[in-house]
Amino acid sequence: MGKKYMSETIAKVVFTIFAIVAIVAVCSITVYMIRLGTPALLEVGVIDLLFGTEWKPTAGEPVFGIFYVILTSIAGTVMALLIGVPVGLLTAVFLAEVGNKKLVNIVQPAVELLAAVPSVIYGLLGIMILKPFMYQLELMIYKDAPEHQFTGGANFISAILVLAIMILPTVINISASSIRAVQPSIKSASLALGATKIQTIFKVVLPAAKSGIMTAVVLGMGRALGEAMAIAMVAGGAVNLPLPFNSVRFLTTLIVGEMSYSSGLHREALFTIGLVLFVFILFVNIFLTRIIKKGEAE
Amino acid sequence: MNSITKKRVRISDAVMYGLIYLCAGISVLLIAGIIIYVFAKGFSQISWEFLTTTTSVLKGTVGIAGNILNTLYIIVLTMLLATPIGVGAAIYLNEYAKPGRLVRMIELATETLAGIPSIIFGMFGMMFFGTTLGLKYSILTGTLTLTLMVLPLITRNTQEALKTVPNSYRHGAVGLGAGKWYTIRTILLPSAMPGIITGAILAVGRIVGESAALLYTAGSSDLLPATAQAYLDKILQPGGTLTIQLYLSAQDGEFDVAFGIALVLLVIVLAINMATKFLAKKFDVNRLK
Repeated sequence: MGKKYMSETIAKVVFTIFAIVAIVAVCSITVYMIRLGTPALLEVGVIDLLFGTEWKPTAGEPVFGIFYVILTSIAGTVMALLIGVPVGLLTAVFLAEVGNKKLVNIVQPAVELLAAVPSVIYGLLGIMILKPFMYQLELMIYKDAPEHQFTGGANFISAILVLAIMILPTVINISASSIRAVQPSIKSASLALGATKIQTIFKVVLPAAKSGIMTAVVLGMGRALGEAMAIAMVAGGAVNLPLPFNSVRFLTTLIVGEMSYSSGLHREALFTIGLVLFVFILFVNIFLTRIIKKGEAE
Repeated sequence: MNSITKKRVRISDAVMYGLIYLCAGISVLLIAGIIIYVFAKGFSQISWEFLTTTTSVLKGTVGIAGNILNTLYIIVLTMLLATPIGVGAAIYLNEYAKPGRLVRMIELATETLAGIPSIIFGMFGMMFFGTTLGLKYSILTGTLTLTLMVLPLITRNTQEALKTVPNSYRHGAVGLGAGKWYTIRTILLPSAMPGIITGAILAVGRIVGESAALLYTAGSSDLLPATAQAYLDKILQPGGTLTIQLYLSAQDGEFDVAFGIALVLLVIVLAINMATKFLAKKFDVNRLK
């Protein structure tokens, strides 16, 4: 074999190995998360751990129940989507259909920058701006309720607001590109029939871009579920029911907050929380591929 | 009332227009607010000393030079690992592979990897690279963890860039007797370079902003190496990046330092954003040619 052909073969083998790294990585992460997450499940008991409402990892007789944490992550994600998706979708409509070029050239870079801001900066601004504001609100609302545990403004609402802002770029970018991909002919048809531009957008264009918009929502959901540092800084440090003015722990913030000083069963329970989060994300991913496939089929 | 020359304005339309403009304004206000606030709060903190010394009670200095160095280490090492692997994977997918099961699996794995939250990467990195491979809390553990994290970003961008290279280039090269690897090396990669670099810069941006995957892998030291040898050893020692130091400072209530770091991070992020813009423009020009 000539030298030339050798290098051809080597190149092919090396690139194949590089391509397989992604598969190896996903498999190892899956195996590790299962291996690390199951011991606590077995020791504490699946029902007690997943549906227990008390989280006292460092008490004399520790209790590990993460039901409120799961609930907080789900409720927080849903609330963030309820705020972020309408705002994001209307912004996408602006970028793709309504805005004139000059304004689009301001809004588009703004959205891109918003996506690039590190999450710790969102957290820091949450501490400086949201928390004092929330604390004032809390003092006003609960001034006659001495049984309320004051949180200093680190609460569920603060976390939701930060999450809603952080998913905006994802929702905006993906929706905008799917709106842009709608065939111009159906738009023209609608306009020719006498529909106004707004009617056309909401009755014709958005339904036609449905699968892309769903993709945007699900990607936003994944982003919100997985965000850790920003909300770790504003959500508070106690496991509670996800009520607006409660200090809460999300799946992610509990791991960030307690990993450093955990040991033994406490640490194992944190890995189980990681496993729960991982399973959620896998479901989101499966959901996502379904939507994309369905969109392609249409 | 309804004539061609005098259009009736539907109230619901007007309301929707108002809402659309309002929502579009929110993003602009948010980013403008963030930039102005961080610059206003952080500007007084920035000084030569802040950027070139480490925090020391003995010397009475407050500085982030150690964190800047750690961030650079992690960026450079991660890119050295992730760029060849990511670009190579994209070359395989685009140039070598025939459609089939393996390609579908690789693409599914890449998508899954892109969707995994950084805190999961952090836990995996801590236990696999840190404990199983015995690298403990170190820059190398952080680097390996982040390599997996930015891999999909580089692979996808390279794939997109390779797809835009016209097939006639490939046919021409093969017609002249060039082998596949020769074609890739001399024709495809140079043509796809702006796209590959854009992907790499985006990956750097992701690394600079990352925190959750680093907190329990790279750790939090903020010291500067004292000797040349120590600069090498550093790779196997813990090192907190700028984002980690920001988080820790905010936890300790040192908001001056936190905002100083936030400003440095924002400047880096803005620079990266401009660089990708510049390249995207260049890319478009190349395509027209």
